[in-house]
Amino acid sequence: MTTPRPPAPRPRRFNPAWLGILPFALFIAMFLIAPTLNIVLGAFRTPEGGFTLANIRGLFTPSILSSYWISIKISVASAAIGCLVGFAMAAAVVLGGLPRAIRAPLMTFSGVASNFAGVPLAFAFLATLGPLGLVTGVLRTELGINLRAYGFNILSFWGLTITYLFFQIPLMILIVTPALDGLKREWREAASCLGATGAQYWRIVALPILFPTLLGTFALLFANAFGAVATAYALTGSSLNIVPISLFAQIRGDVLGNPHLGYAMAFGMIVITGAANLIYIVLRIRSERWLK
Amino acid sequence: MTRAAAWAALLLGLVYFILPLIGMVEFSLSMRRGEYSFDAYRIVLADPQFRQTFLYSVMMALATIVFGMALVVPTAFWVRLRLPHLRPVIEFVTLLPLVIPAIVVVFGYIRLYNTSSWLPLTGSLTGTNILLMFGYATLALPYMYRAVDTGMRAIDIATLTEAAQSLGAGWFTILLRIILPNVLVAVLSGAFVTFAIVMGEFTMAALLNRPAFGPYLQLMGANRAYEPFALATIAFAITWACMGAIQLFTRFAKARA
Repeated sequence: MTTPRPPAPRPRRFNPAWLGILPFALFIAMFLIAPTLNIVLGAFRTPEGGFTLANIRGLFTPSILSSYWISIKISVASAAIGCLVGFAMAAAVVLGGLPRAIRAPLMTFSGVASNFAGVPLAFAFLATLGPLGLVTGVLRTELGINLRAYGFNILSFWGLTITYLFFQIPLMILIVTPALDGLKREWREAASCLGATGAQYWRIVALPILFPTLLGTFALLFANAFGAVATAYALTGSSLNIVPISLFAQIRGDVLGNPHLGYAMAFGMIVITGAANLIYIVLRIRSERWLK
Repeated sequence: MTRAAAWAALLLGLVYFILPLIGMVEFSLSMRRGEYSFDAYRIVLADPQFRQTFLYSVMMALATIVFGMALVVPTAFWVRLRLPHLRPVIEFVTLLPLVIPAIVVVFGYIRLYNTSSWLPLTGSLTGTNILLMFGYATLALPYMYRAVDTGMRAIDIATLTEAAQSLGAGWFTILLRIILPNVLVAVLSGAFVTFAIVMGEFTMAALLNRPAFGPYLQLMGANRAYEPFALATIAFAITWACMGAIQLFTRFAKARA
């Protein structure tokens, strides 16, 4: 008995059209993929070049773990509040019956505010909620409320979260407004024909359709906050121990004593933002099925 | 949602957005005790370091725009014309800079292109500037590619290309004289976003030790009282101008079409 030979794989001919994207592919490979891979591989390497898990294990020290923990807390809080407030504002404009003239300026402003991050944003909030800030001052002199006495400090978890919201909320508005537009009027009419109340329509029809968009945007906002360096650095210097700041200090001048621990920290960041974005992409593909 | 609740949501949000801006501007004007003045702005504008770093960032932004567009426009064109099945892959790749934090990318640059590597870009000033421009280009890639690709969706690339080819145009002519003018608005809106990103960027410039506007802002913030707020106001005005320009061009293009 002879076993049938598997069919020979058809020789794949080289498609010369691929040459057209060679410059782009080369640029991406050299200045995006290779640097990232270098860091990822470095996280698993000893200074002599052998394989090790010691760098990754080195992350599990109290000080590094706590910096990851506070970074995650700030990112989750600013993403969650950003989603809620952004959704409320977008819903107010799209569904709340406000004059249509408000919409274009709000979208433009969201474009500006979502790009107004980094160092200047930190200054704006220092001037407002810092010890000598506008709101701090008005609250103290006019209303007798001393924010400090309530334990509020701009260089803290809440201070940073409130500051991050300035670019998180507009990003949410920019993403969720088209999704709200995609809710068809017929769905609402069909639901009310079948006797659904407004709340039922939202719970059973609209929210399940929007859910992938909402959760996906949450993941995007999370990653957005997690990777932000400049705002936090300008606001707190190195007084707040969050991951991007620790990594920044480590790259500047090897504060951890072991350069490969820096690789491991960077690797941890990629893993976390990568996971968040993977969720975003998967959910976005699902939500596009409905919101065409 | 009732109308009152809608107004409340909108107004509360606006208060949150406007207060920091007022705080920033107010602080920048209160250098003189007891009255508003432009003293902080005068000092900042007279500071030679301001001029140098500002000019440096403007030049870097322009270089990034030219380089980025030279990279993105032909690629987006070619993918739509000849490799449409690759579009999802390319789109995914252009979104990667949103996934990989900038600080990780620049960390990789420092390790990969340092003086003892095969491509010692950080060894010379020009090399470091080029490396920083590449970094900026990766940061701007998601916005640039998306803008250009959307622009190309609106025109019939295949027909335009065939028409140009039948009249004897080469690829270079097609790209520069047929495709580019047709997607100019998209290119410009990508360019303005890039400009805004580069002008405010801090992490990459700081870690590559280049005298850009972002690190200068941070340095002033750490050392001066009122000037940083004048600088922040200027930075906000730049972002605002860039976004306004995008709106203006888009509306102009719509009115013409």
